[in-house]
Amino acid sequence: MFRKTLVSLAASLAFGYTATAQAAGELNIYNWGNYTNPALIEKFEKAHDVTVTLSDYDSNDTMLAKIKAGGHGYDIVVPSDYMVSIMIGEGLLMETKPNEMDNFSNMLPNFVDVYFDEGRNYSVPWQWGTTGVTVNTKTYSGDVDTWSVIFDPPEELKGKINVVPEMNDVINAALHYKGFPHCNSDKAQLKEINDMLLSAKEHWLSMEYGNVERFSNEDIHAGVNWNGASMRSRLQNDAIRYGYPKEGISTWADNVVVLADAKNTDNAKLFQNFIMDPENAAMISEFAKYANGISGSLAFLDPEFANAPEVVPPAHYETVFVPPCPQEVNELYTRIWTNLLK
Amino acid sequence: MAELSRAKSFDVRRQPGFTAVAILCFFMLYAPMVALVLYSFNAGQSIGTWEGFSWRWYESAINNREIQQATIRSLQVAGVATLVSTIAATMAALATTRTRPYRGMTFAFALINQPLMVPEIVTAVALLIFFAIIKGATGYTGMGYLLAAHAAFCIPFAYLPIRARLEDMDLTLEQAAADLYATPWQAFRRVTLPRLLPGILAGAMLAFVISLDDVVITLFVAGPGQETLPLYVIGQLRRIVTPEMNAVSTLFLLVSAILVTVFFLLSRRK
Amino acid sequence: MIELKHGRRQWALLSPAVGLITFAAAGPLIIVLIYSVLQKGDYAGVIWNFSADAWFNVFLERDIFDDTVSIADAHLSIFMRSLKLAITATVMAFLVGFPTAYFIATRPARSRNIWLFLITIPFWTNLLIRTFAIMEIIRNEGVINTLLMASGIIEQPIQMLYTDFAITLGLLYVYLPLMVLPLYASIEKIDFRLVEAAYDLYGTRWKVLRRIVLPLVKPGIIAGSILVFIPALGAYVTPRVLGGGKNLMLGNLIEFQFGQGRNWPLGSALSITLLVLVMFALLFYVRNTTRSHAHG
Repeated sequence: MFRKTLVSLAASLAFGYTATAQAAGELNIYNWGNYTNPALIEKFEKAHDVTVTLSDYDSNDTMLAKIKAGGHGYDIVVPSDYMVSIMIGEGLLMETKPNEMDNFSNMLPNFVDVYFDEGRNYSVPWQWGTTGVTVNTKTYSGDVDTWSVIFDPPEELKGKINVVPEMNDVINAALHYKGFPHCNSDKAQLKEINDMLLSAKEHWLSMEYGNVERFSNEDIHAGVNWNGASMRSRLQNDAIRYGYPKEGISTWADNVVVLADAKNTDNAKLFQNFIMDPENAAMISEFAKYANGISGSLAFLDPEFANAPEVVPPAHYETVFVPPCPQEVNELYTRIWTNLLK
Repeated sequence: MAELSRAKSFDVRRQPGFTAVAILCFFMLYAPMVALVLYSFNAGQSIGTWEGFSWRWYESAINNREIQQATIRSLQVAGVATLVSTIAATMAALATTRTRPYRGMTFAFALINQPLMVPEIVTAVALLIFFAIIKGATGYTGMGYLLAAHAAFCIPFAYLPIRARLEDMDLTLEQAAADLYATPWQAFRRVTLPRLLPGILAGAMLAFVISLDDVVITLFVAGPGQETLPLYVIGQLRRIVTPEMNAVSTLFLLVSAILVTVFFLLSRRK
Repeated sequence: MIELKHGRRQWALLSPAVGLITFAAAGPLIIVLIYSVLQKGDYAGVIWNFSADAWFNVFLERDIFDDTVSIADAHLSIFMRSLKLAITATVMAFLVGFPTAYFIATRPARSRNIWLFLITIPFWTNLLIRTFAIMEIIRNEGVINTLLMASGIIEQPIQMLYTDFAITLGLLYVYLPLMVLPLYASIEKIDFRLVEAAYDLYGTRWKVLRRIVLPLVKPGIIAGSILVFIPALGAYVTPRVLGGGKNLMLGNLIEFQFGQGRNWPLGSALSITLLVLVMFALLFYVRNTTRSHAHG
């Protein structure tokens, strides 16, 4: 009796594998978790008769480690700006020439000549945003447009701060706050950053990625955060505000790229072209609440989104990309970071 | 049974306070689960605040294609890993207990327990690199790698309870069977196996759970389309967590409970 | 000749387990060892040149600010924290798990299975989900704080989440069944006539427990402790979720080196160090078991 059960269990499981038959075309996308609108994927599958497999990662570097090891089987990944330039440099990406694709004319002009892919020979914009501060204004009514709420927090916010555990985001924010240049290898300045971070950490509650719920539940009251995540919190709790620190802020942009060893190259290129269509780009933003780089997509989005304070920075406010730093600098950053988390 | 009848006057098994601790232990194990299940019925968006009863998160979880696929895949991987590892572990346990020492036995024992000694993250990275080399050489990128990795780290979890059981079983019955001219296989099938079955079941249960739970190794080994439920969840960690996760885990718990119950009932059958 | 045949049969039985583990668990570790003595590649990966840098960096550090060499303080504190939390969780698991396993093992045969069944049920939920469940209980707006505040015992919520306490509790919760099951298997095997004999010789309950029961279940204690301690020492998910990611444990440090740190050789060297730590613990256990066997 028992043995029979095991045998039939084994048979049904084996059958389960063979039964997963594939459609004519395939496409393997490797993207950040909960970042891809399922409706967008469905639409693409219908339009091009392709079966899409979507897998998740939680940081650029997890993705890089997997891709660099080889034999991964993915066609498309969605790296952030600096990671795109690293991957191009490492020869990991395929030159798909999005600039010759049909929908390329929809790309906003200021998204074409970006530092990480001049003229867009490899990448297509997915979403972009800023790394600023989120503050619960019920708890703290002071100025939120400053990094001091994180690095020199007011009494009301002490022990209630969450900082996203992205080494580059946090160190860049600290450099902004101190007014030091990016990709910094000046030891005296880095020592100041190191000491400042260590003493600021005393007042931090946690260093976590997932914080949308925690802001709206008032589990945390301030933090280094991304604009789209902050907007999602505000939609559930009016007191949440996204601040644009006057000391400066960094911008990031995630991009769809095709891997050099991709198997389904044609479908991958179709996908790059597909998301440059304004209606499809709008579906991306509708889901994750970040802006995309495609003109005309706003017409398909709720007007509330187009004017949201998280999406539109204050007038004359300048945001900057931080390109990948030289290896020695990354090493110094890593040391500061490990020291911070010890 | 003699000691049972004596127990009325003085229970030799009783230890004061143990029952209280045990009850506390069960409470501690179950309280978070109850909260988890409760909040899966929350009508509100957030996990923290109760806003009334609703099935909405179940609807959204069941209709979520990613969750569907990840759940099926998790069960498949755990099923295969359990089957393979339990069989391998039972064989290994028979080869390493109640036997004369032979060349390499200690080594084999150490090797079998190796996955317990090595933190997951280390194995994960080692496998990432090693499998990449094989993938490059053979061109095969299927499910085999994930299954092999899961089966391998499940073996010691299945092996330990089986071995513990075997070690404590006395040899007289097997010897009696041999005296009655039973072949080694007959002796195993009729005498050893039935008495070993609780150990095998405990081992299989552990193996299944360990496979189902795994995050780190799967994260590094899984290829496209091989996302298990834990990978889906950890992907969610970064962005947003809704009671949908509670709904998924409640369903998962239900499926598991049914599975254990089936095994539980089967193991009690003659 | 017979000896040889005997060995061959045993090896045939062993081959599936040994083969699988060599292929998909133990063998690949050699690569980690090799990687720990290679030069790190720019942006992750390795360059195939010998380098002792990684090993130097595990234990020592050249001060980033004034170039003096000193003991790697950051790594040392992470090692110490990991050890402390893993040991605490293991001891707690034993303190809770032993009475529970004993309780189950001394139930009538029929209900014993049901209790065992109850122990494993929470364990059948995914680890991440269970960790979230613990989070729901101990967070500021969670069950405990709400109850305490409603009953007027406290006025401000107690900060439990994102502390070492939370990590320990999480490790205990997650790995407790791994302690109970082997303990149960051992206790169930106890011949209670021995215990009875001890009482006949006027042993107190405490003495009987310490001198008769505990030595008899030693294999179970060891198995349970190994099963809890090792995953706890290399834990990755629990400290990340319940510790708030603020203080790393070893598992997180290693992952960090393979991810954002982009230093695979250092990550490999740290992994080997962790491995050696675990081996020491095991050696200690093994020496103790063999001694008790000699007595038995």
